[in-house]
Amino acid sequence: MTKKVFKIFVLIVFSLSSLVSVASAEAHGHSDTTEVKKSIREEIKETIAHHLQDSYIFEITHGVSFPLPVILWDGGLHVFSGAAFHHGDHAVESKGNFYKLYHGKIYKTDSEGHINYDAEHHVQNAKPFDFSITKNVFVIILMSAFLFFLFSRMAKRYANNMNPGGAAKFLEPIIIFIRDDIAIPNIGKKHYKKYMSYLLTIFFFIWFLNLAGMTPLGIGVTNNIAVTFALALITFLITQFTANKNYWGHIFWMPGVPKPMRIILAPIELLGVFIKPFALMIRLYANMTAGHIVIMSLIGLIFIFQNYFATGAFFGLTLFLSILELLVAALQAYIFTMLSALYFGAAVEEHH
Amino acid sequence: MEKLISDFSVGLFFWQSLVFVALILLLRKFAWKPILNAVNTREESIENALNSAEDAKKEMANLTVSNERLLNEAREERDALMKEAREMKAEIVAKAKEEAAAEGEKMIASAKSAIEMERKAAIVELKNQVASLSIDIAEKVVKGNLASDDKQKALVNELVEEVNLN
Repeated sequence: MTKKVFKIFVLIVFSLSSLVSVASAEAHGHSDTTEVKKSIREEIKETIAHHLQDSYIFEITHGVSFPLPVILWDGGLHVFSGAAFHHGDHAVESKGNFYKLYHGKIYKTDSEGHINYDAEHHVQNAKPFDFSITKNVFVIILMSAFLFFLFSRMAKRYANNMNPGGAAKFLEPIIIFIRDDIAIPNIGKKHYKKYMSYLLTIFFFIWFLNLAGMTPLGIGVTNNIAVTFALALITFLITQFTANKNYWGHIFWMPGVPKPMRIILAPIELLGVFIKPFALMIRLYANMTAGHIVIMSLIGLIFIFQNYFATGAFFGLTLFLSILELLVAALQAYIFTMLSALYFGAAVEEHH
Repeated sequence: MEKLISDFSVGLFFWQSLVFVALILLLRKFAWKPILNAVNTREESIENALNSAEDAKKEMANLTVSNERLLNEAREERDALMKEAREMKAEIVAKAKEEAAAEGEKMIASAKSAIEMERKAAIVELKNQVASLSIDIAEKVVKGNLASDDKQKALVNELVEEVNLN
């Protein structure tokens, strides 16, 4: 019973978290401008965009933040603190070069920090190679460390005791589910073992990051296309490099169809090789981004309508969608893992 | 689409790939392999335990059957033994009876023959005695005859009476 209450409490806190960030935006809006109505909409839009964007500062809550290291490669290594940008107000000097943060991106500027535009208002300034430990990178590293800590501890427990204990009681059924219901049916009993490490890692990585994205910290990492691209690319590479002759045969010289058809099928199949991981990338990115935008927009609506009825209604709707997002978090991790397993299965399928 | 490409962060991609590949390798060595091995071992041991329990059950059933068989065999053997004993007893009794009868008959026969012999011997003795008595009488008659007739007669009567008494 108490557990249930706790769960509901956590859910409410999660949904409230986004509320808080929008509320702070609203407060800003009031103080800054006279056009209150418009500024609220602008601020909500900005907050949502900001929430989805990467950052050089880790903001725990409004006003409480710590800077992250900026690492640039621009004919040499430039390392300085993310706080030096002052939210884009200052150009930062590093080894004789000047850099400025503009709309979340780092540009090379002159000492005055001028941004030059072309006719279509596109920034003309050069961009250095940016390898900064941004908020997203920081979260990825933190989550990886957490996953490593969690699962290596779980593994150690098994050395002394055959029965799962602690977190393993919850995690072991999931691991067995991935083995018995994802890996073995899709890949086959003969080959599934070599893919298990990847499938397990990717499932927990995506799932935990999706869940982390729902926390008050606003650290959605999986709604970033670079992250999902990296994940899909690894699935793609593993598929291609473990594929057997049969797999390539099915792509370039489809057995069992007339010869002219084979010539037509080859480019289509080859295209399919790339479309599959591309779909993986877009699916995860779009689902997580959409979920965040919908929830934050609903909360934003509370401030646009500004009456008690709307507040209650949108709060309820937000709560409902947050629960849905919890499901989506697990579902997207499952789908990504499932489809990866399916592609691996196709790659190692024996001739029959 | 254009925004997606322009927003694509190479740095984030780089770090994500690096960290994720490292995570896969580390987890494989320190987590997945030990966990999956432990789970496999446990599953195998459970399966073995179940199998051996099943075997034990079968063995128990077999034992029960063989016990039953042994018991039946023992019972049959006992019955057979008892039957044999009973038969033997009857046989022995019958034989004893037969022997006893034979012995009895033999004894009767020998007794009869002994009696017969005794009788014969008695008859012979009687004959002998009669003979000697006759001789004695004859002798006394002859002696008395020598004295007087009366006396002779009286003697003969006396002797005859003696004989009768005998």
